[in-house]
Amino acid sequence: MRLINRQPGVALKSALAALPFLIAFVAYWIGSEIRLAANPSDKLLPAPETIAATAERLFTEPDRRSDRILLWHDTAASLTRLFLGVGIASVLATIIGLLIGLLPHVRATLAGFVAVLSMIPPLAVLPILFIVFGLGELSKVVLIIVGILPFLIRDLSQRVMEIPRETIVKAETLGASSLVIALRVALPQLLPRLIQAIRLSLGPAWLFLIAAEAIASEVGLGYRIFLVRRFLAMDVILTYVIWITLLAFLMDLALRWISRKLFPWTEAGL
Amino acid sequence: MSFVTAENIFQSYGNRPILERVNVTVDEGEFISIVGASGCGKSTFLRLLLAQERPTRGEIRVGNAPPAVEPGLDRGVVFQKYSVFPHLTVRENIVAGESFRARFGWFAGAARNEARKRADETLARIGLGHVAHQYPATLSGGMQQRLAIGQALTAKPRILLLDEPFGALDPGTRLSMHDFLTELRSETGMTVFMVTHDLEEGFKLGDRVLVFDKPRWDPTDPNAYGATITYDFDARDGGIPFQRIEEDTNVLRPA
Repeated sequence: MRLINRQPGVALKSALAALPFLIAFVAYWIGSEIRLAANPSDKLLPAPETIAATAERLFTEPDRRSDRILLWHDTAASLTRLFLGVGIASVLATIIGLLIGLLPHVRATLAGFVAVLSMIPPLAVLPILFIVFGLGELSKVVLIIVGILPFLIRDLSQRVMEIPRETIVKAETLGASSLVIALRVALPQLLPRLIQAIRLSLGPAWLFLIAAEAIASEVGLGYRIFLVRRFLAMDVILTYVIWITLLAFLMDLALRWISRKLFPWTEAGL
Repeated sequence: MSFVTAENIFQSYGNRPILERVNVTVDEGEFISIVGASGCGKSTFLRLLLAQERPTRGEIRVGNAPPAVEPGLDRGVVFQKYSVFPHLTVRENIVAGESFRARFGWFAGAARNEARKRADETLARIGLGHVAHQYPATLSGGMQQRLAIGQALTAKPRILLLDEPFGALDPGTRLSMHDFLTELRSETGMTVFMVTHDLEEGFKLGDRVLVFDKPRWDPTDPNAYGATITYDFDARDGGIPFQRIEEDTNVLRPA
């Protein structure tokens, strides 16, 4: 039987899915054991139980100086920035994507411009953002927007243009104006694609968020990681990394769930 | 009194002529089947009737209205695929036939309830009442096309254009769609243009059968000339396909 036709069974499938996680964990554990055996005060690869203890402390115990649990404050600050950035970018991208996808004049005007804009490395303009928008919240949110907006616009305008011409013509024969076609034909078909696009751009959004926080901030997950880096506090860094990964994973899961709940018609055929 | 007039239609894409010298007049209530080989401009002619494209030369008039520049309420259309809105339920698809002409495409309050009631009546008539709350993707191909036709008729167009509407259906479903279409037509008396690949279907449903073909043929450059209506059969006599050729067509008879 060809390899492409071999299917794993249910149990094997779960086991295979768990395998890389297990290998990564065991590899880390062994590495940590070796280093700690050579030097018990090694900080580079803290033992898993050290990380667990640190994590418990970070999640529950308030900071001695400010009397606040810093991890939750960092999380709230970072998520606020992330949601603002991704949210504003999504709304803008939906509007601009619809305009580019539906109106030939707007397409002729903006499509090339957006294509060029999307080639600018966002981190290269970060200093400009700091100078223009200051070191506060605004510049961080703007970096996320600048980072993911061109991709979102290009993706969404493409999706609008992929709506079969027949569907648009049909709406025209039902007397729909351009506005009605945008609101009732293109927009509803675009929203599930928007969620897909957001899922894809969450990775870059986190990247830009942490980059901005690392450079200039007073609170935030990225800020904390780059702060404790100075003390080589790998246990704290790893706790934060795992926490960020978990948050990102949950967001992805939530978006998928929202897509299924709100747009049942996308899966109706399956 | 002729209802639809196509006068000296030429259509070319770039340097490539697709249609040349197409002249035809159609009376109100006639069912016109359009047949021809692939690439002979049948669908182009339908798009011209739909006003999705405008002819390079000549004009098409429906009733006394000036030639249309874009598709509108007076022309209904059903394509082979993608003729219903996938994101709307079956019932909302029918309601869309009325509500899309509103300012924002929505009905609210009483108007909405009434439109839904009318939609349910339409669905019952076209035999889709039991799937009113499902999405089109869950329906069979035949049901989707029935929905598409019902939706197009909800807008009460003056002419109905069908572009190979039953092309993707299996033979049995196709037959029942023929009955469905014949029934609807006897109720509404609408003028219908139907492009089809199936000669038998064309003669069975049509009052007239227009054949598109290239009267001039350059063997070294098959794209050099466009197609036109080469035969205009009267299909009402029932025979297939040995009808008399209508006298007054300006057809170039094959040599």
